[in-house]
This record gives sequence, C-alpha cells and structure tokens, in this order.
Amino acid sequence: MSTALPPRTESSTPGRSGLPKQAKIRGEAQVWLTGMGLALALTLAAFLLWVIVSNGLAVFWPKRITEFTVRVGTQTTTIAGELVSRRELLTNEPGKPVVSEVHIFTGNKDVYKNAFRFIDAATIIAESQPLDLIEVERLEYGNAVGYPVALKLRGADKKIESIPAEDSRFPSELNRLISETNDRWDVIKSLEKGKIGANAQKIKRLENERKKIPAGEQGVLDADIAKLKSEYQELAKQAGVLRAKQNEHKLSIRLASGESKDILLGKIVEVFQPNRMGLLSRIGFFFHRMWNFVSDNPREANTEGGIFPAIFGTFAMTLLMSVGVVPIGVLAAIYLREYAKQGPLVRGVRIAVNNLAGVPSIVFGVFGLGFFVYFCGGSIDRLFFGDSLPTPTFGTGGILWSAATLSLMTVPVVIVATEESIASVPRGMKEASLAMGASKWQTIQRIVLPASVPGILTGTILAMARGAGEVAPLMLVGVVKLAPTLPLNTEYPFVHLDQKFMHLGFHIYDLAFQSPDSEAARPAVFATTLFLILLVLVMNLSAILLRERLRKKFKTSAF
Amino acid sequence: MSAITSLPQTAGSVEAMKPEKGYISVKDFDFWYGTHQTLFKVNMEMPEKQVTAFIGPSGCGKSTLLRNIKRMNDLVDGQHHQGDITIGNDTIYHPHLEVTSLRKRVGMVFQKSNPFPKSIYENVVYGLRVAGVNDRATLDAACEHALRSSALWEEVKDRLSASALGLSGGQQQRLCIARAIAVKPEVLLMDEPCSALDPIATGKIEELILELKKEFTVVIVTHNMQQAARVSDLTAFFYLGKLIEFDTTLKIFTNPSLKQTEDYITGRFG
Repeated sequence: MSTALPPRTESSTPGRSGLPKQAKIRGEAQVWLTGMGLALALTLAAFLLWVIVSNGLAVFWPKRITEFTVRVGTQTTTIAGELVSRRELLTNEPGKPVVSEVHIFTGNKDVYKNAFRFIDAATIIAESQPLDLIEVERLEYGNAVGYPVALKLRGADKKIESIPAEDSRFPSELNRLISETNDRWDVIKSLEKGKIGANAQKIKRLENERKKIPAGEQGVLDADIAKLKSEYQELAKQAGVLRAKQNEHKLSIRLASGESKDILLGKIVEVFQPNRMGLLSRIGFFFHRMWNFVSDNPREANTEGGIFPAIFGTFAMTLLMSVGVVPIGVLAAIYLREYAKQGPLVRGVRIAVNNLAGVPSIVFGVFGLGFFVYFCGGSIDRLFFGDSLPTPTFGTGGILWSAATLSLMTVPVVIVATEESIASVPRGMKEASLAMGASKWQTIQRIVLPASVPGILTGTILAMARGAGEVAPLMLVGVVKLAPTLPLNTEYPFVHLDQKFMHLGFHIYDLAFQSPDSEAARPAVFATTLFLILLVLVMNLSAILLRERLRKKFKTSAF
Repeated sequence: MSAITSLPQTAGSVEAMKPEKGYISVKDFDFWYGTHQTLFKVNMEMPEKQVTAFIGPSGCGKSTLLRNIKRMNDLVDGQHHQGDITIGNDTIYHPHLEVTSLRKRVGMVFQKSNPFPKSIYENVVYGLRVAGVNDRATLDAACEHALRSSALWEEVKDRLSASALGLSGGQQQRLCIARAIAVKPEVLLMDEPCSALDPIATGKIEELILELKKEFTVVIVTHNMQQAARVSDLTAFFYLGKLIEFDTTLKIFTNPSLKQTEDYITGRFG
C-alpha cells in the first residue's frame, strides 16, 4: 500500500524510514476528516434537540411576574407580566441610539386585547416582583394576572357575600371552590358526552330503523323514540342546572394597570402565586403543569390546555399502521428473497421498492385520498352503510385510511430490513432444515422467520419513526385540528376506525401556522414537538427492548 | 508406504467385499453446475449397513456426489445431471417422488455443526415435528433414543430445554447426528463431520459411526486418511470428478490397484 503513495516532497525519499511516517500523517488527516463529519452531524442534531427540549420544558416552568412602571411623557403606568425576552432592535442608521425592548407576557387578553406586549426599555423607571401577584389559568382568554381583591359568593338568597383577599378564609375558600367547580366540570362532561351522547346515538339508530319499516307499524318505535327524547330533555335539564351553578361565584382581581376584573370561578382552572413559590414548589408545579399538558384536552384553538387526544391519536394511528405494514412487508420480503428467482426482474423490483421511499409523502396522501378514501371507503359505504348516506362513514378521511396510507408509504423500509435479515440467516441452518425433510415453507416458518425477527423489528422501528412524524399525507386522509372523541372509547363498538383523529405532527403545524395568535401558540409548538419526539422515542425503545429480548432468547435459550 | 504401516488395523470387517449390488447404487452419473461438469460417469454400489468413505483432494466431486444422494444440490441454480442414483429399489429422481420424503429417508450431517437456535429437545425432534408428529410421548421417546444412539444422552439429559447453541463443538456435532437419526432414516450421509473438531471429539464421533452402522447405511466424506481407514468398510477415491478406485478399505490402504491411489494415500500428491 505504501508503495502506491507518491513522494510528497523532493526531500522525502521513498525509503523504509520515510514512508511509514508519511502514511501515518495521512492517516491522521483522515481520522480528523471523518471525525469532523461526525462532529458536525452530532452538533447540529444536538443543537436542534437542545432548542426543542429547552424551549419545550420552559413552557411548564412557572416564571416570576415582574411589575414594570413605565413613564411616557408625563404619564406613568404600571404593567405586570412574565418576562419573555429583552432584545435590541436592529438599526442600520449610524449614530442612531440602539433601542432595546422588553417583551412580556401580560395575560389578561380579554382586557388588553393582546396577551403579549413590547415595552421600550428606556421608558421603564422601575421593576419589582410583588409577592401578592396571582396568575389565574382560565378556560377562556388564557391566563389572567393581577392582585386578588375579593371572592364574591352568591348565596341561596341571591345575596352576595364578599370575602376580601386579606381575610384568612380567602385562600382556603378559593381553593375549595375551584376544586369544587373543577369536579363539577367532570360531572357535566360525563353527563353530556357519556349519557346524552349515548342517548342521541340510540335515537339515531331507532330513527334509522323506523325508516325501514312500513308506515303502519312505525308506532312501536315512536313510543320508544319519544321516551328516549324525554330522557334526553331530563338529562339536558340536569346539565343545565349544573352549568348554571358554575357561574355562581366570582373572583375579583385588580390588574397591575388598575382595571378591575371579575372572573367566574367556573372558568378558572387554577390559581397560583408564582412570586411566592420556592424552588421545590416550583419544581412540583412544573411537573403538575406538564402532566396537565399531557392529559388534558386542548382549548382555545389548541393554544391552551393539553394535547392528550393528539398523543392518543398519534399512538393509535402508528400502532394501526404497524399492524398493517409489518405483515405485508414481511410477506413481500420472503417472496423476494426465498421464492423469486434472482435475476434482472427481481433486481428491478428491488430498485423500484427502494425508490418508492423517495416519492414525496404528499403524493401518497393524494393516492390515499383517491384510492382508500374515495374508492375503498366509498364502496364500503355503498355496501354496508347505505342507511346513513349521503353522510359518509368510511368514505371520508379517518384513522383507518391514514394508517393504510402510511403503511403504503413505509412498506419499503420494512421490506428492505426484512430482506436483509432473511439474507443473513446462515445458509447452513436452512440446509439443515431442508435436509431434515422440511419443506421450504416449513423452513421459512420454523427457522428463517424466528431468526429474522430482530431484523423485522428494526424495520418496524424505522417505519414507526417515519410514520409517526409524517404530517402532509395525513392532512388529506383523516387528521383534523380538533376531534371531539377518541378513535378508541367506551361507546359501542369501542374501536372507531372511521373516525377522524388528532395527530401531534399536524398539531404542531396547526399551532405554528394556522393559529389565530401565533405568539400565544409558540410555547405549545415547542412542548408538542417535545412530546412527539418523546412518543416516538418511547415506541422505538419498546420495540428495541423487545428486539434485544428476542435476540438474547435467540442466542442462548429455548426459542 | 509409511502412512500405511502406521495405520491401526481397519475397523471395517476384513471379510467386507466390494458388492455387486449395493443398497445405494450410482449409475453412470454425470453432474454439472451450470456448464461446469463436476462428476463424470460415476458408477458405484454402496452396501447396506456398512460404512463407505469418499476420499480425494478438494474439488474432486466427493461432496457433490454425497449431496446428490439426498438431492441437496436441487437448491443450486443451474445444476443438472445425467444417469441415476437408487436407494433400495427407488430411483431418487423419479418424477413422482417428493423430494421431502427422500430427504426423510436419508439423513445428513454437515461439515460445520449447524444446530438450530432452539432447545436441545426441539433440535432432536425437529424432523419429527416437520413430519407432523406432535404427540409428546412419541417425541420424548424418539428424543431419548436418538440422544442415546449419538452418545449424548448422559451429557444433556438434565438440560434438554437449554439452548443447543450452549453445547461444545463436539456435542453440537453429535446433536446434529442425533437430529439426523431421530427420524430413523435408512442412510446417513456425513460430510467431513470431524473437520472442525478436536481429536477427542473426533474420537467420540468415530466410535459413534461404528455403532451407527449397525442400524444405518453410512456414507462419509473425509480428508483424513486415518479416519477413513479407521471407520470405513469400503473406500472410494475420487479425483477431478472421476471415481478412480473403489474397493474394500483394507485393499485401498494396503494394496491399491492403481499407482494414483497409492500416491494420494501416502501423501505424495493431493
């Protein structure tokens, strides 16, 4: 090898002492080159991950509220809010003084019309962090920030009793009432979604049946329908009473800028005092908020509340996709590797399969819409759901068609990985099986497939990672901004494959580009991205664990 | 003739004779891999319940012939043959013969031990399972019998459910023999069964072969002259795809008819 190297300088003579040194130097340069490549890739990936993780986690951290006193001309105002950033405005005029700005989250969107504000740093004359300031998380209009004034309780005789904030009963009473209203929301939800929903379904089913039977005999069903309808009235009344109760009591606060504001307790999620929190309670609150984000339904055009339906939808769709893609991919790989006569045709098929992975995903979306949704779904509707036409059941986007479309998109990954692992099963093992009188299929079933399971799982992991992060095709075949129910719930028939669903990837896109208030949506974008990555990570890790277990089993013990 | 003087007496019975009609008959057999001919007009008769050894330098076609006896070469693309091989009275190339049923009649042990990544028990009963036997008692009996016959029972009887891959090389090879004989084949083919083993393990396998020939017709390919001399009753010498000399082991190793055979056995070429 060393003789192939040309002498680099005239002085270096191609001798036994010169060449090894030269070769060594060249080798080191290559180590540096390859190392730099890796370092570059790792740095970029780490930077991206850092941006997502730090921004995503910061969303849950309870920030202190700062009160700014601002003087413009002779007018002095105060304004309170969480500090978002301090920044200097770019200027290209030389000599012009640099203008620096403070970006704060003021909350109180209902009063200020905007939850964020920029203040010219030069006008700020004082900054403080008063301990009394509270932040109120609400069901509507985002958070409110201000000083607590009083709790206005409406008694049975419609008289209003006021508990001022200085009263020692104030904090405990406030917390008690808020948890009471929150519990009442749960009751209302289960009443409206559960009982009333089931009732409505029953009525719909009966009415469909009623259409089918001749006019003279409809009386039997009419009675049932009337009974269900009166039940519905009763339930709706109950819900109405509960809802009215939610509006009984109010919390009145005074904003830092002086305005007063009464907030219905029924609209409050929780109240906290960020400036009074110690480190431990801050950490506790951090996890509490994170849990709420993961487990709650979204509110306020998805910018507030949680992402539970999106997490669940992503998980269910990815699982459904894997269930679809793995058998098809494995069967195709078995045919290509074990049965097909290796030749130009098979090579062509293999190239075509690999190239399928390069087709833009939106093209798969369009195909899914045309083939799965309109053709397959439309046919299913005509055959089985003729009653409810023209309202489509399967003839519109849904979780099943999304999973099918993504299966189609990710099938090359599974085929390639499975083929490789089938090819790596030792020939001797296959021969031994055939030599024992096993047929080809028996050999595949008993020897080749068990040995390829780790490779198949690798393919599944890759497919899942790609499928879970995909957005574009889903927009055409079934993902929605807000799905009222989960694709898997307690309502008959429990699994609703025809239903539209929410997806974390689409949720990110929706928050970032479709949101009415992009500034307010920004934290949620990062947090959602973080949880999408976490979800993919969790699914991959479980597949990897399964694979390692199988590998171990495969290597050392009974299989 | 130094190699021969150092030989132990052949284990093959002295009265072994080259038969007129054997249990396995190879008739005018030619074989090609694609356009490359590897066997030329081979004719031989291998007697029942005796050990026939194939010797010869690498690439001489002995393994090819061995693999053809159970049609393992069917797996190779572009192979074709002329002539015929019969086992008992059945021609193995009969168009109505299912190749899996032929392979059940003819067991094979490979050069490199190739146990399945399953338990010892499942390895031994694999042939029965693929034949559709699932009765536990039958399988247990067959497993024990096969392991006893391959002199492995005492070593593994307490860990039948452990992975076969945890056994030593020699044990693995005996397990492969057990696996091959568990289905009670008529013929047992061995393709250099000891080439990857140490002398002690080799000794055990050789003893085993002498036991096995009471029940099975054994054909063994070996590169080890002493081994051929120790275990076989008949020896066939192949060279460049042709059967050069085929006779009783005693005759081949003490008084071969051809100079070429003598040169190979004494190590002057090959």
